[in-house]
Amino acid sequence: MRIGDAKQSYEADEAIWTTSTQKLWFGLFLLILLVFPFMADSYLLYLGCLVGIAVISTTGLNILTGFTGLISLGQAGFMGVGAYTVAWLSVNTGLPFPITLVLAGLMAAAVGILVGLPSLRVKGLYLAIATLAAGVFLHFIFAEWESVTGGMGGLSLEPAHLFGLSFQSDFMMYFIIVPLAVLMVLAAANVFRTRIGRAFIAIRDRDISAEILGIDLLRYKLMSFALSSFYAGVAGGLFAYFYRVVTPESFPLSMSIFYLAAVIVGGMGNLLGGILGAAFMTLVPEALKLLTAALTPFYPNAPVFMSPMLEIIFGALIVGFLIFEPHGLAEMWHRIRRFFRLWPFKN
Amino acid sequence: MDWIFFGEISLAGLAMGGLYSLIALGFVIIYKATRVINFAIGEIMMFAAYLFLAFAGGMEMSAWIALPLAVIGGSLLGGVIEKTMIRPMLGESPISVVMVTIGIASILVGLVEFIWTADPQLLPSFLPREPVFIGELYLAPKIAYGFLIGAALLIIYLLYFRFSRGGVALRATASDQAAAYSMGINVRRVFNMAWVFGSLAASLAGVLVAATGGLSPQFGIIGLSVLVVVIVGGLDSILGALIAGVFIGWLETVAGAYLGGEYRMPATFLVLAVILVIRPYGLFGTHEIERV
Repeated sequence: MRIGDAKQSYEADEAIWTTSTQKLWFGLFLLILLVFPFMADSYLLYLGCLVGIAVISTTGLNILTGFTGLISLGQAGFMGVGAYTVAWLSVNTGLPFPITLVLAGLMAAAVGILVGLPSLRVKGLYLAIATLAAGVFLHFIFAEWESVTGGMGGLSLEPAHLFGLSFQSDFMMYFIIVPLAVLMVLAAANVFRTRIGRAFIAIRDRDISAEILGIDLLRYKLMSFALSSFYAGVAGGLFAYFYRVVTPESFPLSMSIFYLAAVIVGGMGNLLGGILGAAFMTLVPEALKLLTAALTPFYPNAPVFMSPMLEIIFGALIVGFLIFEPHGLAEMWHRIRRFFRLWPFKN
Repeated sequence: MDWIFFGEISLAGLAMGGLYSLIALGFVIIYKATRVINFAIGEIMMFAAYLFLAFAGGMEMSAWIALPLAVIGGSLLGGVIEKTMIRPMLGESPISVVMVTIGIASILVGLVEFIWTADPQLLPSFLPREPVFIGELYLAPKIAYGFLIGAALLIIYLLYFRFSRGGVALRATASDQAAAYSMGINVRRVFNMAWVFGSLAASLAGVLVAATGGLSPQFGIIGLSVLVVVIVGGLDSILGALIAGVFIGWLETVAGAYLGGEYRMPATFLVLAVILVIRPYGLFGTHEIERV
C-alpha cells in the first residue's frame, strides 16, 4: 500500500509521471489503443475515431477555457477553418496529409489570434459573446464565399494519402487520429510545465494580479487563443479527412456548445477531464441510439422519441454535472483512485 | 431608392425591435438582480408560445384567456428554473451558471419536441386583421398590434420598477446585495422575482413573435439576436436594452430586406463586434472597476 509521495525537487513535482505505477498503466493504455483496431468491428472503430477527434478539440478548448479562463463559444468555427483549409488544399494542391494538417492548424491559429484580439478589453461573458460573433461570421463566410468553400454544397475531398498509402477506411484513419490525439494531449501536458502554461494559469486565477507579476496579458492571452485554435484546426482537418465532405452545416453553433459541455462535464482545467469528457459526450448519444434500437421491437415509436430524448439528456447532463459534480468526471476518477489507494482505510 | 418601401421596412423593423426590447428587458432584469446571463430566454419564449398554442389551439380557449395563461405559465417556468437549478449555483463562476442555462435550453427544446413534435406550427390568429396605415406606410396588423401590446407591458414594467416596493427592492439588490440584505430585503425572493418577471416579459414577447412568424423548436434561436441587443445596450442597463432593441430590430430587418435573409445575423453581429471594440461594456453598461 502506498499512500503518498515524498517529492524532493521541483523536477519531481513537475514531472508528468510521478510514479512507476503510473508509467505502467499508461503503457498498458497505449497497448490497448494499439490492439483495439485489430479486435474491434467497424462500428467501434468509427466511434474510436470520433472520440479521438473530440479529444483533440476538447483539449484545445480546455487550454483556452479551463487553463486560461477565457470562455469561447467559437470552437466549431475554428474547427471549420481547419476543415476547409484541409479540403481546399487537398482539392487544389494534393499535398499529403501531414502538411495539410499542420497548415490547417496554423490557419486556425491565425484566425484564433484575430478573434482573441478583443480579449484584452473584454472578458468573461462579453468575451463569450465576442467569440460567438466570430463563430457566426465564420459560418457566414463558409456559406457565402463560394469560390473557395463551395457555398452550401461544400467541398468533397480525396482520402488522406502518404507514401502511396491511401487512408480510406476507418481502420486506416484510426492510425492517424489516435496517435495524433495522444501526442497532442501529451504536448498540452508539457505546455503546463513551462513558463507559458504557468502564465496561462496565473491569468485564469486572477488576470490583474498576473499583470502585476509581469505577465504580458495580451501576448499570453493571444498565445492561448492561438494554441487552442491550432488544436481545433487539426481536429477540424481530421474531421474533413474522416467524413471527406465539408459543408457549413458540419460546424453549427451547437458544436461549440458541445465542446464547452465536454470540457465542463470532464472537469475544467484538467487534461484527463477533457479526455473523459470528450469520450463521455461522444458515446452517450451512441449508447442512446443502441438503446432505442433495442427498444424498437417492443415500442415501435421509440425512434421518434430519440432525438428529443437526446436533447433532454444532453441538457440534463450539463445541469446535473454542474450542480452535483462541478469538478466533473476527473474528480470522480480521482475519488475512485483514492479509494483503491487508501483501502482498507476510510477515504 | 424607393422611400415608401424603405419606410415600410423600417417601420416593421422598429416594431420588431420593440419586441426585442421587451425580451432584452427580461434579460437585463435577471442579470441586474442575479448576475446571471440567461441563455435559455429564447427557449422560455418558445415554451410560452407552445403553451399558448395548446390553450388556444388545442383546448380552443379564447385567445384573450389563453394569452395570460401562457404568459403566467412561462413566468412560473422561470421561477421554477431559478428555484431548482440556478439557486444551487450561487457563488459558482459565471461560466458555470451560463452553461447551466444552456443546459436548460436544451432540456426545454427536447421537452417541446417530445410534446408537440419537431414540425413547425401556426398559432391561431387573434389580433385584428385590418391593415394599419401610418401616413402612406402600410404596416402588417400582427406586427403593429404586437408592438402595442409589448409596449404596454414595457411601460407597466418601467413604472413598476420606478415606484413600487418590489421594484425598489429589486433595484436595491442590483446596486448592493449585502447592503440590501442588511436593510431587511429578502434577497432570495428578489432573485426569484427577477426570474419570474424576466420570464414574463420574454413569454409575452414569445407569443407575439410566434403569432407573426410561426413556431418551431428552433424558435429559441431568436435568443441570439436578443443577446446581441443586451450586449450592445449594456448588460445591466434597462435604457440600453430599450434603445439597442429598437435599433437592432430595425437593422436586422433592413439588412434582411436589402441584402437578403442570410445577412441578418452577420449584420447585427458586425455591429456587436464594433461596439465591443469601442465600448467593451456596451453603450450604457456599467464599467466595473477591478482591483487586486
